[in-house]
Amino acid sequence: MAVEQTTRPPIRWHIAVFLAPAVLIYTAIMILPLFSTLQLSLFSDVGNRQVFVGFDNFRTLFGDPRWAEQFWNALKNNVWFFIVHMLVQNPIGILLAAILSSPLLRMRAVYRTAIFIPTILSFVIAGFAWKLILSPLWGVAPNLLDLVGLKSLFQPWLGKEAYALTTLALISVWQFVGIPMMLIYAALLSIPDELLEAAECDGITGMAQFWKIKLPLILPAIGIISILTFVGNFNAFDLIYSTQGALAGPDFSTDILGTLMYRTFFGFQLQLGDPNLGAAIATAMFVIILIGVSIYLFGIQRRLRRYQF
Amino acid sequence: MSTARHSPAHSIAAHAILILYTVIALFPVFVIVINAFKSRKAIFREPLALPNAESFSLVGFETVLKQGDFLLYFQNSLIVTVVSLFLVLLCGAMAAFALAEYRFKGNTLMGLYLALGIMIPIRLGTVAILQMMVASGLVNTRTALILVYTAQGLPLAIFILSEFMRQVSDDLKNAGRIDGLSEYRIFFRLVLPLVRPAMATVAVFTMIPIWNDLWFPLILAPSEETKTITLGAQVFIGQFVTNWNAVLAALSLAILPVLILYLIFSRQLIRGITSGAVK
Repeated sequence: MAVEQTTRPPIRWHIAVFLAPAVLIYTAIMILPLFSTLQLSLFSDVGNRQVFVGFDNFRTLFGDPRWAEQFWNALKNNVWFFIVHMLVQNPIGILLAAILSSPLLRMRAVYRTAIFIPTILSFVIAGFAWKLILSPLWGVAPNLLDLVGLKSLFQPWLGKEAYALTTLALISVWQFVGIPMMLIYAALLSIPDELLEAAECDGITGMAQFWKIKLPLILPAIGIISILTFVGNFNAFDLIYSTQGALAGPDFSTDILGTLMYRTFFGFQLQLGDPNLGAAIATAMFVIILIGVSIYLFGIQRRLRRYQF
Repeated sequence: MSTARHSPAHSIAAHAILILYTVIALFPVFVIVINAFKSRKAIFREPLALPNAESFSLVGFETVLKQGDFLLYFQNSLIVTVVSLFLVLLCGAMAAFALAEYRFKGNTLMGLYLALGIMIPIRLGTVAILQMMVASGLVNTRTALILVYTAQGLPLAIFILSEFMRQVSDDLKNAGRIDGLSEYRIFFRLVLPLVRPAMATVAVFTMIPIWNDLWFPLILAPSEETKTITLGAQVFIGQFVTNWNAVLAALSLAILPVLILYLIFSRQLIRGITSGAVK
């Protein structure tokens, strides 16, 4: 025994020292609050004391007429917000990346830099800039439509229940199209030239080459973008809050889970804030994101064929 | 290269699409900034015209500088961003080095644990974070924001940096060990300088979301003394919603510093995205 102990390698303290600061901050500020938020969702405030109530908060959230309507509305809006992103942002991103990656293109750096500019701005700036431009008071948008003879199409889009959410989703797409563009651009650049030359020898060029050779090769990048978009959308808040306020008007038509959680947690106007119900909404968001990430990791990512060059 | 693929018509179409999208991307920013320098009348009469001698006016900026404490907000944002960035880079690089360099029990598990935060947003823990900050008296301090942003930035930083640290040559580190350098010296003297380009990429990725965040300043530090520029601009615009000169000027003031920084560092940023992000 004694011999064994002396031959044991010494404890390598430096590993602990290297890991400690990051692990401590990350655990204390991120992981523990996350779990205590999940835990809070199972409690309720009864006479200033936290009482364990099981899944009552979720029953309220999903079933109580006062809350359920808001929750399902926010969830439905959030799903639509995500669908608009997937249908508009990713195809535009892929198109721009495909054009940018063509080898003889000039001024590539200029386009890349310019198209990425909205992505570095904050939601507050993007939201207000578009709010002003779309404002019927200022008339920039109607004037522009007038130039192409479509003035009759103009509507105060952000103020109409039917259009507001889609308009906001498109503003968000405008802001973030740079990210799919860049990631797919990078994936396209990493396709080896020999492969494309071989395709050309076989007579596969132009559009056929894109659909048959390049697209299958960039599917993993499209997968990453989709999951990033999913997590970002189901966690969105800033854009809606800064353009439409905490009430996500008109008449809650732009309410998404992030704004609902904010209102529930802090209260607004006459309603008092309820941290436990807020935590329950956060838990619901956590579960949704977890399901999305799991589908991606276990369902999609594993099936995608990866090519090693 | 085959010429068929790059016929003039093809190339014109490509440029047409790119120019169209560039215009869409830049137009809102352009309209906001040019109108910030015009008088109220000119803003409404000809919103798309550049400011000229007649319509030029700085009245919006005067209102902003008089009414809002933008210099203070700017300073808050700067302090919060720089300190968080420093902590993310230092702690992140140390942890990434431990994960990349040493074999120890639980290495993979630790890596997975730290990577959780890439996918799960820290905002979901807001309720408990606020309670914790209230309990420790950190509400309305920049420290609260710095701690949160450090935790938020660490997972991605560790993930990217450990990929790069695996590429640092073992011979170099072993040579250092034979010369009697301690593990700490090997990290700070040998490895850190070699991963500097990766650090720059991580820095840009970490910085943008911190500078632009509205959620945590709104919830953890909404007081006048600790407002960041993003929150400050949001509140200011909300109050002056009918004063178009002031709103446009405030937006321009929020856009310009980021834009200038971006134009300086854009090459670094784009190289970072295109080299490391999709591996």
